[in-house]
Amino acid sequence: MTTSDTTRTTVRARGTAAVLDLAGDINAAAEESLEAAWDEAMSVSPTAVTLNFGNAGYINSTGIALIVGVLAKSRARGIPLSAYGLTSHYEEIFQITRLADYMAITPDEDSALRGAGGSTT
Amino acid sequence: MTTLTTAFRRRLLRRPVESAATVPARAERPEASGEVAPVDIAPNDPLLAYLQSATGAVDVEELELVSPALEAMKAAGVKLAVPLVSQGELIGVLNLGPRRSEQEYSSDDRKLLDNLAAQAAPALRVGQLVREQQAEAATRQRFEQELEVARLIQQNFLPKQLPELPNWQLAAYYRPAREVGGDFYDVIPLPGGRLGLVIGDVTDKGVPAALVMAATRSVLRASAQRIVDPGAVLERVNEHLCPDMPEKMFVTCLYGVLDPATGHFRFANAGHDLPYVKRAVGSEELRARGMPLGLMTGMVYEEKETVLEPGDSLLLHSDGVVEAHDPRRVMFGFPRLKDAVAHYPGGHELIDRVLTDLRAHTGEDAEQEDDITMVTLARSPVASAQTSSPTRQLVEFEVPSAEGNERIALERVSAIVEPLGLGEARLRRLETAVGEATMNAMEHGNHYRADQPVTVRVVTDAERVRVQIVDQGGVSADRETETPDLEAKLAGLQRPRGWGLFLIKNMVDEADEATHEDEHVLELVMNLEGGSHDDE
Repeated sequence: MTTSDTTRTTVRARGTAAVLDLAGDINAAAEESLEAAWDEAMSVSPTAVTLNFGNAGYINSTGIALIVGVLAKSRARGIPLSAYGLTSHYEEIFQITRLADYMAITPDEDSALRGAGGSTT
Repeated sequence: MTTLTTAFRRRLLRRPVESAATVPARAERPEASGEVAPVDIAPNDPLLAYLQSATGAVDVEELELVSPALEAMKAAGVKLAVPLVSQGELIGVLNLGPRRSEQEYSSDDRKLLDNLAAQAAPALRVGQLVREQQAEAATRQRFEQELEVARLIQQNFLPKQLPELPNWQLAAYYRPAREVGGDFYDVIPLPGGRLGLVIGDVTDKGVPAALVMAATRSVLRASAQRIVDPGAVLERVNEHLCPDMPEKMFVTCLYGVLDPATGHFRFANAGHDLPYVKRAVGSEELRARGMPLGLMTGMVYEEKETVLEPGDSLLLHSDGVVEAHDPRRVMFGFPRLKDAVAHYPGGHELIDRVLTDLRAHTGEDAEQEDDITMVTLARSPVASAQTSSPTRQLVEFEVPSAEGNERIALERVSAIVEPLGLGEARLRRLETAVGEATMNAMEHGNHYRADQPVTVRVVTDAERVRVQIVDQGGVSADRETETPDLEAKLAGLQRPRGWGLFLIKNMVDEADEATHEDEHVLELVMNLEGGSHDDE
């Protein structure tokens, strides 16, 4: 497990899609940063959103609840949500919680955005 | 007759049943005032037998006996010796010097003296008895006061109550003999959830034994908090006791440390009667060598260790049990006690049954000869369903109830468990389960109160590792009960949170909850080989 106390979520555009890069632990402390990133991403009305967990550390049940919140918002807006960069352990947790039923879990960013409006250069 | 009052000396005599020959009497030498110096009569002096059988006043000067007392009486100027006899027992002699008229005692004088002796003897005897009874009563009162002091000392240094341990039953019995001996026992809570058990016996009885018992108990308690090894604890106690131990006194003592999580019992013995352990089949002695405490400095105490498996029961006992005699002076004996441990249930019932056997052996009305002390420690057989191999505790620590501190718990558990070969994926699952369980304990159990830490304990055996997460919420805590449903959450029918217990149950092979009055334990179990969540 990667030990990290820094929680930070940043947004970058990838074509018409938005990528949310999550860094550090995904727990209660991540809520504010994640919501701000979501709002920022929504300001340009992306066609798709993907969550990059490549630099994420420990994800606890509160972090899962935050992802559920993001999923609920994306569904409310009709924006496809995907995720990549999860370790096998957290992929398993996304399966168990059925998050994987509602968001594509891919191995990398290109796979996540393919067909979702993002450029795959 | 002029010397009758001045020459008379009375002397208290012992009762004839003790020894008629010990009867002393005194004669007195005439002095200027008419008094004579006392004369002692030795117990084996033939004069005693003569006076005992004399029918009246004896003319000392005419008496011929090989008797030092008679010679002394003659030298002291005693003319007449009038035996004082009560109920056939010589209780004194009335010695008279010469008459002031310097005439011989007449037959009337002798009759008068005989009558006087006949009346004085019973009165003298009554006086003697009263004084003897007063002396005996004073001695009895002093003895009773000393016994009461000894009892108070002992009672104040025995445990007021015994600790309660999950899966263990601890029971004790102590009954002092009338002449209070030096038995003692103690149960000492130790760091890391361990428990110290002590039983001891001081030679001698009464206040001296009680004081030595109190000193031993105090030094042992203090040493046990600072020293882990039982043998080293007894060494320390011995060094403290030796300089001030009264002559011909010593202390036998057994000290053992129980790890309730694993059943490991490590002990050392300073010459105390060997404890017995009831096993699945039969019983066995726990042997460890060591000299009694307080005899000489520099002693080393052998340490031994055994494991009390589920269903096993340990008995610590004092010699008042095995050395109790029946009316034919046959002792209860070690073999019989060992047999009782093998066949009777442990705990309270073992004590009750041994006491019943003891009463049958000595007789219902027999006075208890010595202090009787028994301490039993029984491991619940229920735990045997969980494991059949010896368990050992790997670690126990506390985590302050503060947000984010679950990381401390899961990282420490992970580091401890990793060498067990759980496998990478299963170790990650255990980490998540420990983190979630600790979060729940901090939040729902302890409400993030700084003064209520979460206790984390890791125990393993050959087949599985168990992590116990303990909080102080008890039965009143508001814990997760709702099964999370993602669709319901997405539809706003459930709150987004509430995944903790769900994750825990999906991450480990077994999750068991137990709630006592003010304590909640969540036990996470991971099988060390295979299991329901094998690594892919």
